[in-house]
Amino acid sequence: MDKEIAGMIVAVNDEGYLTNLEQWTKEIGEAIAGEENIAMTEQHWKVIEFLQHAHRNSEALSIRSLGKHGPVSIKEFYVLFPGGPLKKASRIAGIPKPASCV
Amino acid sequence: MNKLLILGAGTAGTMMANHLRPRLDAEWEISIVDQEETHYYQPGFLFLPFDIYKPKQLQKRIDKFVPAGVNLIRQGIDRIVPDKNEVVLTNGKELQYDILIIATGTKIAPQEVSGMLGPLWQKDIFDFYTFAGAKALRDKIRSWPGGKMVVHICEMPIKCPVAPLEFAFLADSFFVEKGMRDRVDLTFVTPLSGAFTKPTATEKLGHLLAEKNIRIVSDFAIERIDNENHKLVDYGGQEVDFDLLVTVPTNMGDEAIARSGIGDDLNFVPTNNATLQTTIKDNIFAIGDATNVPASKAGSVAHFESEILTENILRYVRGEPLKEEFDGHANCFVETGHGKALLIDFNYSHEPVEGTFPFPGVGPLTLLKESRMNHIGKLAFRWVYWNMLLKGRHIPFVTAQMDERGKHFRESEV
Repeated sequence: MDKEIAGMIVAVNDEGYLTNLEQWTKEIGEAIAGEENIAMTEQHWKVIEFLQHAHRNSEALSIRSLGKHGPVSIKEFYVLFPGGPLKKASRIAGIPKPASCV
Repeated sequence: MNKLLILGAGTAGTMMANHLRPRLDAEWEISIVDQEETHYYQPGFLFLPFDIYKPKQLQKRIDKFVPAGVNLIRQGIDRIVPDKNEVVLTNGKELQYDILIIATGTKIAPQEVSGMLGPLWQKDIFDFYTFAGAKALRDKIRSWPGGKMVVHICEMPIKCPVAPLEFAFLADSFFVEKGMRDRVDLTFVTPLSGAFTKPTATEKLGHLLAEKNIRIVSDFAIERIDNENHKLVDYGGQEVDFDLLVTVPTNMGDEAIARSGIGDDLNFVPTNNATLQTTIKDNIFAIGDATNVPASKAGSVAHFESEILTENILRYVRGEPLKEEFDGHANCFVETGHGKALLIDFNYSHEPVEGTFPFPGVGPLTLLKESRMNHIGKLAFRWVYWNMLLKGRHIPFVTAQMDERGKHFRESEV
């Protein structure tokens, strides 16, 4: 389905995750962060860039890979995106939600 | 003489040996390396803790399934040296190969979470992903008086991603039958956003947890286990108390992959999703749990992969382009307790949906819906595993690529 975010019409799924990363802009990320009550800072954007880069390279994302290769520690990641950080950061980044098989 | 070497005689490696021996001529010497004595029927580890299967039903000798004409080398693997087309064994012996198939699987790595291997390990903290763990848990549960039971996943990916949920369902069923369900507080703790994460499954199956009175704690990324206070602690500061913890530790690929310097963070081998050729070198292929392909780590996936990898090995031998055919197909029974089960069928691009299997519109098995027939199917599968799957026999009516007929797909959005 389509949704208007930050004045742009983008394709999203039922849970509000963008289905096409090419439609993502920083303004859209900012607007989704607002819905999650997160005020974006430079540290936040570093995490978002890391996630998008990993997604474009088809790397599986996990808290572990972020802690190991990402710009912040796992503890800091939790402070930046409280309560389900990978899920929230993925939505802001315009990439799919981490999922199991069912 | 050409040499094909398979690393690992588990489900995937054994199937490849059985597929390839009759299809490669006598010019090809095939060897398979594994240090284990026993081949375990791993889906049975789910049932062992509840005394549904007996230990001896789950184990056979590993050599029983290695076909005539294939050398079984009983040694540990030290490392792969791709530049020299060579594998070094733990006894220092070097094996040359023309084609290598990595089927070294995945193992639990409880040492990855601080405190897991503390004083409570195998006392109040158990895994059921190993034979020893499942058996120790059975002995514990037999005399457990009740209390807080927590079923927990450390991090993804794990082998058989639905097994922890099945465990929780079977535990509910088990304690109801024992007449002590009121003394058991059952909680499911997951690093994901819910027990089910795909929209259709969430919609169709979300009620199961509430119905069975299983509490869920989601988005829980474990940092450590506090042994003294019997608590799980996550990075966000959330805590979950337990009396009996049944955890699925971090799953990692074999240490030999790390020693070879070819794996990812979790020692899984970078592999092309569609061809199953690794990105390490053209003559190295990988199959089953050992790969990093974004399919479920499950025997059914290895089975479907084995049909496509066999074709691709034969093409590689003939110098033909590889088929880009693997679609991530998985087909899994999901026990829901009380003598019922679900069946799910999905691939890289389609989430599990409702419908019938394997015959479109007919069944007899129902997708994503509880039934007794599915439970019977799951129990019958043990025979199929030992007698057909490992031997590389085609399972009638079940195709390597997912059949889209008779299934109710929502408008595709993945």
